[in-house]
Amino acid sequence: MIHSLSLNLFRKSRTAGFLILTFLASSLWAQDADPAKGKSLFNTNCAACHQLDKKMTGPALRNVETRLSETEGLDRTWLYAWIRNSAGMIKSGDAYANKIYTEYNNSAMTAFPQLSDTELNDILAYTAQPKAAPVTQATSDVVGGGVPSTGGADNNQILLAGLALLFGLLAIGLFMVRKTLHRFAMANDIDLPVDKPKSTPIWIAFAQNQFLVLVTAIFFLLASGYFVYGFLMQIGIDQGYEPVQPIHYSHKIHAGENKIDCNYCHSSARVSKHSGIPSLNICMNCHKSIYEYNGPTTAEYTKDFYDNEIKKLYKAVGWDDANQVYTGKTQPVKWVRIHNLPDFAYFNHSQHVTVAGIECQTCHGPVEEMEIMSQYAPLTMGWCINCHRETNVKVTDNAYYDKIHDELSKKYGVEELTAAQMGGLECGKCHY
Amino acid sequence: MPNMYTSVGYEAYGEYDVFAKGQEAMAPAENTIARGHSLYAFPNSNEGYELAKADSTNPYETDYDAIRGKALYDIYCGICHGNQGKGNGYLVANEKILGVPSYDAREITVGSVYHVIYFGKNTMGSYANQLNEEERWQVSAYVMNLREALIQN
Ligand code: HEC
Ligand code: HEC
Ligand code: HEC
Ligand code: HEC
Ligand code: HEC
Ligand code: HEC
Ligand code: HEC
Repeated sequence: MIHSLSLNLFRKSRTAGFLILTFLASSLWAQDADPAKGKSLFNTNCAACHQLDKKMTGPALRNVETRLSETEGLDRTWLYAWIRNSAGMIKSGDAYANKIYTEYNNSAMTAFPQLSDTELNDILAYTAQPKAAPVTQATSDVVGGGVPSTGGADNNQILLAGLALLFGLLAIGLFMVRKTLHRFAMANDIDLPVDKPKSTPIWIAFAQNQFLVLVTAIFFLLASGYFVYGFLMQIGIDQGYEPVQPIHYSHKIHAGENKIDCNYCHSSARVSKHSGIPSLNICMNCHKSIYEYNGPTTAEYTKDFYDNEIKKLYKAVGWDDANQVYTGKTQPVKWVRIHNLPDFAYFNHSQHVTVAGIECQTCHGPVEEMEIMSQYAPLTMGWCINCHRETNVKVTDNAYYDKIHDELSKKYGVEELTAAQMGGLECGKCHY
Repeated sequence: MPNMYTSVGYEAYGEYDVFAKGQEAMAPAENTIARGHSLYAFPNSNEGYELAKADSTNPYETDYDAIRGKALYDIYCGICHGNQGKGNGYLVANEKILGVPSYDAREITVGSVYHVIYFGKNTMGSYANQLNEEERWQVSAYVMNLREALIQN
């Protein structure tokens, strides 16, 4: 009965038939296997090397069981044996085991003798599940960003138009009131003052008053001096500098949403003068597995946009994602340098990060919220000096400071020493 | 003309014609070892891994400092392996990266952990350029501590 039903439906529409078939398949599993449990087993044990729909270290595993029984005539007992001890199967000379082993460049699959039959059934049930259609993704994209941002623009325009209208009405209203009053006065025979007595124009009066002229001149001199000074002080300060980078790498996504430690990538900040920009092999530690972006998106930054940026990374390191190999064709990524002190000033990261224990954010701002990296601090000498005056040196647990701390705290009569008192204002510390 | 804003000397991450493709950041020349590093005896292969597992001893055993080991581990490994080593770090919990094992589920030794940090294994990459030799041993020893704690619970 069910059989004929499904056949009937199959004739009507392919998708319906497909649904029924998978329904049948999963109801078959339902007796002994739980795809949900299978999913978690798969994620902990197998996902390091396998994905359902994509070749990784090992083959894609969606519908392996059907695939292997159709193409190779292998049954579930073969799968049990392979998963529990693939190396043993290869040694025993099993034909297909050897074939697939050489096809994957002799990479060894881990043996899983600890997995029971039920657990393996769960895993296989999970691999037999149909692929989820990416419908929800599209809708969530729209909700994610498009609506609020355009809504914001509209709101502003409506507000402005409303204000303009209001002012227009007010102006007309005033004009009308004045006109009516005027007519009223005429009607009641009231004399309106028509001609004022002649007086000297205001600017001539002004020119004649020497004191006023002097005061204004001084005022203008001071003001322009102030602006010229301000302008000159801007030179060489690139606060807020935010260049377009060759790969749209987002600190918001990496350091913010995914909580990756700054030192993971900028690993030399702990130990050297420079923080360093990570070489691309560090990116590939994660991006061998993360080949697409599934986080939150906005109208400007869509999933397609981000996926394309990851492809740029693959192109630069020469990673062929489809075949999971490096091609050897690399192109260095030319990141645009943002922070740059003039060469006559010496700044060392490890002194501040490791010895003084200062957070990166104190100097670089809320990096974990920056979609595009920009320069937060002015990097002027005044900025360095101010902080040295205000920040205490971390002397606890640092044997290096024991002696000098005792001497200096006696000299200044304080318990806590600032970096300035320690010598952080001496020109030679930063200029040599 | 040389001045003190941009000096004649090369700056880190600059682009200069004397280097191939103008790129200043380069890997060390082949067959050289940087000062303070030593040669690693085991090759990058399944056999090398087994040898490392069986043979090696921790040359920095006496300098082991659990606080330093933890600090480094939490930066470089915790994001995937979890700070307790259960294989449930932040990226795994959010299904960005999958298949990270709990340390008690693997037969590992301090030598094999070092080999994995040095060369990587399957989808796990190498951490040799983020951690120096002494730091790698600190982290390896710390991983073995975590594993012991996991086994005991
Ligand atoms: C360490 C990496 C690794 C892990 C972990 C792993 N596999 Fe594999 N698997 C491979 C490789 C590599 C191959 C290809 C054959 C070879 O080179 O040994 C393979 C092949 C297979 C095959 C044969 C597929 C085919 O198309 O012929 C099956 C089935 C399989 N694995 C199932 C599993 C299951 C189930 C798990 C989890 C319990 C698992 N694997 C965990 C690496 C792995
Ligand atoms: C996943 C790797 C990664 C992480 C984690 C990371 N960064 Fe970055 N960072 C980069 C890359 C790549 C660049 C160069 C591209 C750019 O400037 O956007 C960069 C650039 C920077 C720059 C600008 C450098 C310049 O050119 O002057 C600063 C400052 C910075 N990062 C600080 C941080 C801080 C602070 C954190 C932690 C909150 C952090 N980064 C976390 C990879 C990372
Ligand atoms: C510790 C793991 C890790 C490292 C290292 C890492 N990424 Fe990512 N990357 C991620 C995660 C997680 C996502 C978000 C994926 C998601 O949400 O689906 C991501 C997303 C991205 C994206 C898309 C979003 C965006 O930022 O534009 C790009 C491009 C990217 N990474 C480039 C890089 C580059 C370049 C490097 C090396 C400097 C790097 N990644 C290093 C984990 C990492
Ligand atoms: C005391 C302030 C301060 C702290 C704390 C600090 N930085 Fe910096 N950072 C700077 C200055 C100043 C520069 C410019 C250095 C130069 O041009 O020589 C800089 C430059 C950089 C650069 C550009 C490349 C380089 O090394 O010149 C990166 C990347 C960076 N910082 C990341 C970090 C990270 C990550 C941290 C935290 C671990 C951090 N910084 C902590 C002040 C600081
Ligand atoms: C957020 C505060 C802060 C900022 C900003 C800062 N410093 Fe420092 N700096 C410190 C502290 C704290 C110390 C003391 C560290 C220690 O314990 O040795 C220090 C120490 C130093 C030293 C070593 C001083 C000595 O006595 O040996 C130098 C050199 C230095 N800073 C240069 C700079 C330069 C150059 C800048 C600006 C580009 C800068 N610092 C910005 C906090 C800061
Ligand atoms: C904490 C570190 C620090 C100390 C101490 C310090 N400077 Fe500076 N100085 C800087 C930095 C950083 C700059 C670069 C500022 C910029 O690019 O806007 C600078 C810039 C200057 C300049 C401007 C050069 C130019 O052409 O733009 C002069 C002059 C100067 N310093 C003199 C001194 C003298 C004199 C002393 C001793 C009293 C001193 N500095 C102490 C960090 C320091
Ligand atoms: C980007 C995620 C990620 C990071 C970060 C990471 N690992 Fe791994 N690690 C993995 C994955 C995935 C595996 C499973 C590899 C396999 O056997 O297929 C693994 C496996 C291991 C193993 C077991 C290997 C074996 O012999 O079976 C050890 C030990 C290990 N990692 C140690 C570390 C240490 C130490 C660090 C920090 C320096 C670290 N991992 C950082 C993803 C990561």
